[in-house]
Amino acid sequence: MTEFFQSFGMSYEWAWGVATIAGILLIALPLMLAVAMVIYVDRKVLGAIMLRRGPNVVGPFGLLQSFADGLKVFLQETIIPTAANKGIFLLAPIITFTVALAAWAVIPFADGVVLADINVGLLYILAISSLGVYGVVMSGWASNSKYPFFSAMRAAAQMISYEVSIGFILVCVVLWSKSFNMTEIVLAQKGHGLGIVNGFFFNPLLFPIFVVFFICALAETARAPFDLTEAESELVAGYQTEYSSMSFALFWLGEYANILLMCSLCTLLFVGGWLPPVEWAPLYYVPGFIWFLLKTFGFFLVFSWIWATVPRYRYDQLMRLGWKVFLPMSLIFVAIISGYLMATGHFAK
Amino acid sequence: MIETLAFYLFAGLVIAGGAMVIMSRNPVHSVLWLILAFFNAAGLMVLVGAEFIAMLLVIVYVGAVAVLFLFVVMMLDIDFAAMRAGFVKNFPLGIAIAVILLAELGLGIGAYGAGGLELGAADGTAAARSDVSNIEAIGALLYKPYIILFEIAGIILLVAMIGAIVLTHREPKPGARGRQDIGKQISRRPEDATVMKSPEYGEGVEL
Repeated sequence: MTEFFQSFGMSYEWAWGVATIAGILLIALPLMLAVAMVIYVDRKVLGAIMLRRGPNVVGPFGLLQSFADGLKVFLQETIIPTAANKGIFLLAPIITFTVALAAWAVIPFADGVVLADINVGLLYILAISSLGVYGVVMSGWASNSKYPFFSAMRAAAQMISYEVSIGFILVCVVLWSKSFNMTEIVLAQKGHGLGIVNGFFFNPLLFPIFVVFFICALAETARAPFDLTEAESELVAGYQTEYSSMSFALFWLGEYANILLMCSLCTLLFVGGWLPPVEWAPLYYVPGFIWFLLKTFGFFLVFSWIWATVPRYRYDQLMRLGWKVFLPMSLIFVAIISGYLMATGHFAK
Repeated sequence: MIETLAFYLFAGLVIAGGAMVIMSRNPVHSVLWLILAFFNAAGLMVLVGAEFIAMLLVIVYVGAVAVLFLFVVMMLDIDFAAMRAGFVKNFPLGIAIAVILLAELGLGIGAYGAGGLELGAADGTAAARSDVSNIEAIGALLYKPYIILFEIAGIILLVAMIGAIVLTHREPKPGARGRQDIGKQISRRPEDATVMKSPEYGEGVEL
């Protein structure tokens, strides 16, 4: 895109700056739109599974419900509790939102369509997603209220526990694709299964860790059945209890942007990103980003399906699952996969 | 131009963050300033082309260590007056540590300037190898010449971890309450726990 702006007679620095800002807007604005639509889909799926209609009043089929909610929230008064630590109280939702957007910089939407095609893309995502916990912890502490504080404690422990397993799972994927670069990880999945299907998903050694990754993604984004940070039966609304108006909306948007990020990570790491599912020529006529969006949306449907059907975990069960089941399992799989790859001469080249 | 600006921005924020860590009165604020310092240090690493180190800095220090700091500090019930009381008493010790660290830093830079170690050019411009990525370069060093040291470091960390577990582990008394047998919980079926009864109208149920 830099060349495009240079053609208007800008110097390289200016063209680069303008191109980067344009790229950021091109990702962030559609992402916000996608978040709004995905919230609608989430509520609609939940409604369908619960045998009710879901949002159906604002706009055709209730499609504009999220925008109406956004407008309502925008017009509300921001209430800051007197006992709250004001600076951190206001900083927390901003951090959650910013971090949720920042990770999208390295997500390739199609071949070459990526804002920053850096060598350490996967590590960048891991680093940024590990920052997500600060928004929750800071909001819980700064609210100076008991329920948000409990929620913050839970969130901190939960996210750290599951990040460890996610790290080991990513090691397996990186070993197989020989790169931390997101684009190269996707390209490594081309014709992975018998030269026909694209995606690590169909690899018998990598399929179990995909399942673990998906469950970890649920825990990492604090979605049901791991939504203990906002368990309404025990903690009112968790860390969001004291928030109102836009500061609440930022949490909300950030949460769904994170869920979409995890869905797109599943897509990129395990089902071949923008590649069509099968190596058949006609499927390549469909543009890559359509495959990417379809797969991501498919994973999101599974997220909301799980939300509607699975009961919430108990907190000690959550910890046990993270430390005593997933961590040993992912460690063993790192050993098995690296052993298999060494034995078959994967790195011999 | 942009690089120079970015360097002074990051470096300034690291120093400001570091200063605020020791100046702010609230320990939670201190930890948050520390996180800001870590984050900008990662920015400096990116500027010199060490993106792998930068990401590790964020993942390990910001993502794990600082969260645990915050976790502990948040739960402390702090008396600010009592915390500041020991300031005068500990002041000489603090100064001594600062002087030692400064001397070591000077020694390190001096030794580097003298060209004792093969780390790059002696004038401070390390020769970046553009053909090898960061991760490969570190891997080639860590797993070839320094493999023994690397493994020893790993073993030491493992021992430390086991030590921490042994020190804090308490074997439960047999038959103690509050212990759970997960297998038992999972294998429990509705048939084991519930009985269907259709009692006569007006009569109770005997189980």
